Parts: sequence; structure tokens; C-alpha cells
Amino acid sequence: MILKSAVWLLGLVPLFWTGFRFATVGLGANPIEAVLHWAGRWTLILLLAGLSITPLRRLTGWNQIIKVRRLVGLFAFFYASLHLSIYLGLDQGFAWSFIVEDVVERPFITVGAGAFLCLVPLALTSTRGWIRRLGKRWQRLHRLVYAAAAMGTLHFFWKVKADTFWPLVAASILAALLLVRVPWQRRRRAEK
Amino acid sequence: MLIRKPPNLSELEVTPYELYLNRRKFIGQAGRIALMAAVAPSTLAASNLMSEEAAAAVFGAQEDELTPYEHVTQYNNFYEFGTGKADPARTAGEFRAKPWTVKIDGHCERPGDYAIEDLLGRFPSEERIYRLRCVEAWSMVIPWMGFPLKDLLAWVQPTSRAQYVEFTTLHDPDQMPGQRRAILDWPYREGLRIDEAMNPLTLMATGVYGQELPNQNGAPLRLAVPWKYGFKSIKSIVRIRLVEELPATSWNMMLPREYGFFANVNPEVSHPRWSQARERRLGEIRRRETLMFNGYAEEVASLYEGMDLQRWF
Repeated sequence: MILKSAVWLLGLVPLFWTGFRFATVGLGANPIEAVLHWAGRWTLILLLAGLSITPLRRLTGWNQIIKVRRLVGLFAFFYASLHLSIYLGLDQGFAWSFIVEDVVERPFITVGAGAFLCLVPLALTSTRGWIRRLGKRWQRLHRLVYAAAAMGTLHFFWKVKADTFWPLVAASILAALLLVRVPWQRRRRAEK
Repeated sequence: MLIRKPPNLSELEVTPYELYLNRRKFIGQAGRIALMAAVAPSTLAASNLMSEEAAAAVFGAQEDELTPYEHVTQYNNFYEFGTGKADPARTAGEFRAKPWTVKIDGHCERPGDYAIEDLLGRFPSEERIYRLRCVEAWSMVIPWMGFPLKDLLAWVQPTSRAQYVEFTTLHDPDQMPGQRRAILDWPYREGLRIDEAMNPLTLMATGVYGQELPNQNGAPLRLAVPWKYGFKSIKSIVRIRLVEELPATSWNMMLPREYGFFANVNPEVSHPRWSQARERRLGEIRRRETLMFNGYAEEVASLYEGMDLQRWF
């Protein structure tokens, strides 16, 4: 399927591009910070991309696009896992007492951890088997993606020192993607 | 607010610091060889060769390799040129660091507008290899060229009303594209207590790696206060004012809960959003422990005797 192949390619491009840069020009003076931020950026981008699939489908009538939603979501989880692993391993060096202190005492890390925790059950239940097994509950469970995206955006917003430009861009996109769903939710509830 | 009188300058011990400098200079010239703490500082202390603090200052708790020139000049927090670390190197190319005048005024006997050439002529520069610890918990080791601020202050002669030194950066959005956004309240302002300004470590830096300061590093004149977080080391200085009241400082005005006036490097006082107990020395993979006063306790701890450093952060 062309669309799926395209998404596979797009999902892997950041990885290969960064790998290529690392091997050639390097990633600057602070490569660990560079990859940590890079992985976080792509997590958020892919989460927002995933959230834009349903609105895109409804607005354009392009039904095929729904077939790549799971793939986009799983890529988001992949980059989220990378982001977490880089933080735990490279950035903190598996210093668990410092990590626990971070998660407990720094709100921006707390919500970051929360966002990741929301994504875990979504990744685990992404298969057709689980969709069948959970039935109606699957749809409800996967509303956690909204929480994940919101917490991820907050995590980004609370992390920056003074320049809130990109976090605000992310927040605006997220707000738009959530607001556009409101009339459809209302209509669905009215139909029940 | 505890107002300290400037300490008797003759009591400031310079010799151990010069010893430290000479060792650093040797290490720098010996091709950036990492200094392995072959002898643990505590052993040196035990053998009475030097105090534990002096040993720690000389050898560092761990190795202190110079940060490569490329990283010193391509990884910068200089929001006047953009908020990304790579922005200043990219956008500061057209910045005109000459001609440059520094206005020195306030409570002093020799106020005036000093051309940068006057300052460089009157106060010859020497190499000083300092650690720079950013509040963001990364650090570098930088071979500055510069002259001690205390020499400049001795020349301008602060009066008894001068309790603080206030510094101001250039405000020119045409040359400094980052100033077109109100990220901070421009121009950038910083300050030191007069005794901090008179400390032999406090450097007016005019060069790095034996050359003129690149624009992105704060050309043509910047501060280097190695025992404080990097944001205190204000760049591209146009004004130095001797004042009676505690000066307003940019990051403190922006986020007073997070950035204090003193901003002494202190692993025991965390930033509200991250710990200050460890830092990433650029070039290293594992984080290292942050040292009290960035390892300069021997030279500066006495300035803060009796001060609650949790309160005055």
C-alpha cells in the first residue's frame, strides 16, 4: 500500500537523518541534549499528526487515510520511547535517585512521565486482536491519546526557559485539533 | 539585605590562585591533556601539602580538559542573537564590535566614555582558564584572555557609596536580531556586589583561545565570573555603573523564583525545574558532580560567610 510505505519512510527519515548527521558533521557541542530534544520534538509532531488524521478524513472525505493512523501512532510511541531512553540512559546515566527526584519534584518531568504512561496501553492495544477483544472499550481507552498530547505539550511548554514560541505553536495546533472534534462529538451524542 | 563592607584587599590571598593558574596554563599548553586526579585531593590534604579546597580547586574533583574552540564558539546562550544554541554563531556575523565605547559612570572618581582600545591599552590582558557553568546544568572549560575587573575599578576609583557594580549590554535590534522579540527585557543587565567585583577571579574578558572574542561570545568585552552561573557573565558590555542599591538583573526580573542576583553555583540549591547537583561537561557522556562555587570555593567562599545561600540564591 503506497500510503503505508510513505508513512514508514517518513517515520524513519528523522532517525536516518540524525544518524547521518551524527556520523558526519556531528550533532554539535552537546549531542546528548541534541538527540533528547530531537526525539521529543518528533514525538510531539507525530502525536499531533496522528490526531489530525480523523479531522483530515472527515473534512476531505479521504477515507483511506485512516489506515495509517495506527502506524503514525506507533511511530509517535517509538520516538517517545527513544526520548525516554535517552533521558534515562544518556542524560541521567541511570542515576535512579536523581531520576525519581526529577519525576516527583519537577512538574514538567511529572507530566512528561504521565504522557508516556498514557501512550503505553495505547501501543500495547494497537493490534487487531486487542481491538476485537476490547470492543467498545477500545475506543474509550484510546481517548488517552488526548491526555498524552496535552501532557506532552505541557511538558514542552514548562521545559523552555523563556522562548515559548514553539510550545505555543504546538499548543495552538493541539487546541485546533481538539476543538474541531467538538461538533462531531456533540452530533454523535445527539444521535444516540 | 546583608550589606557587607568590601573586605580588606590585602587579606585576599592571591598566591594559591596563581599556582592554580600556572598549572592550568601548563595543562592548556601541553596540548589539552586531561588532568587525571592521580592524587586524590584528600590525600594531598592529609599530607598537609595544601588544603582540601585548594587541592580541589587546582586539580578539580575530576579531569578538566579544555573545551574545543569549535564548541566554545558554536554553542552559546546569547538570546540577543536568537534563543537556539547554534543561533548566535549563525546570526552574529555582521555584528560590529568596533568601534566600541564603554561608559563608566556612577559613584566613582573617573567616570567617562572609554574606547575599547583605551581599556585594552591601559589593562593588558592575560590568559585565564576558567570553568563556565551554565544554569542549565552544562559546563565548559574556557581559556579566556582578559584583565581583572579589580584593575579597572582601581583606576576609576569607586567612592564609598559604590556598593554594587551594574553592567549593561548593547541594545541595538538592527544588529542583534534576537532583540526584536521581547524574550527578555532588553537591554540585558547584570550586577555584582562590590567585593565580588573586586575579587581577583572576576575577569573582563577580551579574547578567547588567544584571539579576539568572536561576536557570539560577547565581543568585544564581556564578564567572566567563574563561580557563578553563566548568565551572570554578561556579554558585549557598553556600560559599567557604580551604584548604591542592588541593581536589577535581567533573568531575575524575568523569572525571580528561578534566577537570583547572586546565582552562585551551588549543588545544594536546585533550580525549581531541575537539579543543580550534577552537570554535563561538554564532551563527556556521564554527568559529573557540580562543585560548590564551581570549584572556586577557596577563592570566594569567604565572600558569603554567614549568608543563607538557599535564601540568597
